[in-house]
Amino acid sequence: MADSNKWGMVVDIDRCTGCQGCVVACQAENNIPINLEEHFNQRRAIQWIRIERYWEGEYPNVKARFIPIMCQHCGNAPCEPVCPVYATYHNDEGMNVQVYNRCIGTRFCANGCPYHIRFFNFWEPEWPESLKNQLNPDVTVRSRGIMEKCSFCVQRIQRSTREAERDGVDLEDGDRGLNPACVNACATNSIIFGNFNDPNSEVSIIKEKEMKEGGRGYGLLENLGTDPNVIYLKKVDESVEVGHGH
Amino acid sequence: MQEHTQLSHKQINDDLLVDILTVPKWWLPAVAFLSLIVLTGLGAFFFMMYHGLGVTGLNRPVMWGFFIANFVFWIGISHAGIMISAILRLTQAEWRRPITRAAEVMTVFSLIAALHTPLMHVGRPWRVLYWIFPYDFSRGIWPNIRSPFVWDPSAVGTYLIASSLFVFVCLIPDLAILRDRVKNPIGKKIYAQLALGFRGTPRQWRLQIIAGILLSALVLPVFVSVHSIVSWDFAVLIGVEGWRSTIFAPYFIIGAIHSGVSAVAMLMALSVWLYGLDKYIKPDHFDAIARLLIVVATTWFFFFFLEWVYALYTLESPEIALRELQAFEWPYGPLFAIFVITSFVIPVPMWLFKRVRRSAALMFWTTILVNIGMWLERFLIVIPGLLRRTHMTFDWGTYHPSIIEILIVVETFAFVCLGMLLFAKVLPLIPLFDIKEGMVNRRLIKVGRRVIPATIREGLPHHYYQEKH
Repeated sequence: MADSNKWGMVVDIDRCTGCQGCVVACQAENNIPINLEEHFNQRRAIQWIRIERYWEGEYPNVKARFIPIMCQHCGNAPCEPVCPVYATYHNDEGMNVQVYNRCIGTRFCANGCPYHIRFFNFWEPEWPESLKNQLNPDVTVRSRGIMEKCSFCVQRIQRSTREAERDGVDLEDGDRGLNPACVNACATNSIIFGNFNDPNSEVSIIKEKEMKEGGRGYGLLENLGTDPNVIYLKKVDESVEVGHGH
Repeated sequence: MQEHTQLSHKQINDDLLVDILTVPKWWLPAVAFLSLIVLTGLGAFFFMMYHGLGVTGLNRPVMWGFFIANFVFWIGISHAGIMISAILRLTQAEWRRPITRAAEVMTVFSLIAALHTPLMHVGRPWRVLYWIFPYDFSRGIWPNIRSPFVWDPSAVGTYLIASSLFVFVCLIPDLAILRDRVKNPIGKKIYAQLALGFRGTPRQWRLQIIAGILLSALVLPVFVSVHSIVSWDFAVLIGVEGWRSTIFAPYFIIGAIHSGVSAVAMLMALSVWLYGLDKYIKPDHFDAIARLLIVVATTWFFFFFLEWVYALYTLESPEIALRELQAFEWPYGPLFAIFVITSFVIPVPMWLFKRVRRSAALMFWTTILVNIGMWLERFLIVIPGLLRRTHMTFDWGTYHPSIIEILIVVETFAFVCLGMLLFAKVLPLIPLFDIKEGMVNRRLIKVGRRVIPATIREGLPHHYYQEKH
């Protein structure tokens, strides 16, 4: 394992079934308020990870395509330089972090994000009485008026690295509950989490293999120069012999 | 056509101070009505602060809406002050004299109005201090000086301080006159304090003039910086197709001058109608400002055209989709047409005719049109820019302003009108000393055997100078 960590993800679109399991897991893990129908109608629903569904082809040969989209933790993030109060910044583990206490809610970052994965708390979040006791104590409950977004489940990363340090061992893939909630919940293993600085991690191996010419890997909207830390593996073309994947 | 009657100092004093020393009939109802609108707007703001920004029409792709469009609009209007009082003062344009103060005062009030909306629209307005004065040493966090939102308060703040000082320095001689003429003892005391002991000695005049010229020179960089920085609020965002344009800074500045100078022409017409100042603001003045407007509007239109050319030249599909949305899709298409027609197509050809330029009424209506158009311009930059039709169709959105947003936007307009009315009640909106200076400059004096004008200004027609009486 390398000295410093650079956390990242690989999302294999070919495996994604659009089951929304990751979305639910994320809501539960990160104390995200319940999105009611009205929130969706107002276009203010908060989903740190969401499944975008696209239709391909003409009826009757229509196919649904799914792509899970979460914060890309860009190496060159458009949201970071515009925050006047340093509520969002890049930490030394390659993550784009959000400090809720600093945020004053200018929403400049949300306008800058080309992936639209930054969410503003338009209303004070509310939970039904019965769900209040299941809030995750490791995660701040955000108040209204601030931005929030996917943190790569930073609370899990912190706990695992701390425990690994205490035990004097290197942190392996998925070790000590390292993986974010969406990764654990994914039934088809289409989301993989790991350390890009560790050459033996699964994400590094996939990056090595798929980001080459002819590989399936790509960064979302990478033409904008955002240098995302999430690698997407495109759908396998059925007309070509299946030789890729992992 | 030139009709430069020489007025005596007494007459100038009487004419220009009449509204301060007496109360016109329409004044109280007008102030009451505007105060009501301002209070309603403030009520809307507190309602929004209590319930959260959910009461606006903002949503996930459109995080900025009416508020920011309105902010840019008012910053634009505020450029009138510098343009009229600093640039025209330094270039010694004689026609500026009666309108400098009105323009500067409008600058101050429109800057405050501009500051309303961005400060109100943040998620936690009670923590705005961390943004405007972010030197929170106890937390050990320095401001993020890479953010245009840190440049904004410093630029707008500098502008506000400079223009307030400018208004004040130019007020001192008039405050002294008021001190001498106001009967009410309390009012007299206040004016006496504000006049800083100005008695009209040559040294005091010299200092006052030097201060005025220095301030107008020092404020010139602000002329370029304020709206550039406002434009960078948009232009730094690489991911927003309609905004990431390198031409935004000059485009915004020239647009600001367009709307600002138009607003001054509007103000001139209003002061002729409301205060009967037609002895001071004459067709010549309207003529001069309309000529200036033709140049400014045409330059602005050129930049507007260039912005489109640069955008379409990329041939990137999101960029073209954005332009389609901006210009052709409901409801932005009709708004776009109204914007182009009102801000350029109708007024500029009209200003080419002398009859239009010299008519207060026509100048009033054409410049109103310009400002309707320029408000729409800002709206069409902010909202379709955020609604951008990117490759990811899943995230396309819509935006409808809520009643709260509309109330607060209307409030800013009422606030500026109310501010101007209250100012005109306690201080003269036309600088007395400046008018008198103009009159003195136009006198003919005898030097030896020759009769020459007291001060020769380049570019003035010969008949400008009048016999001394």
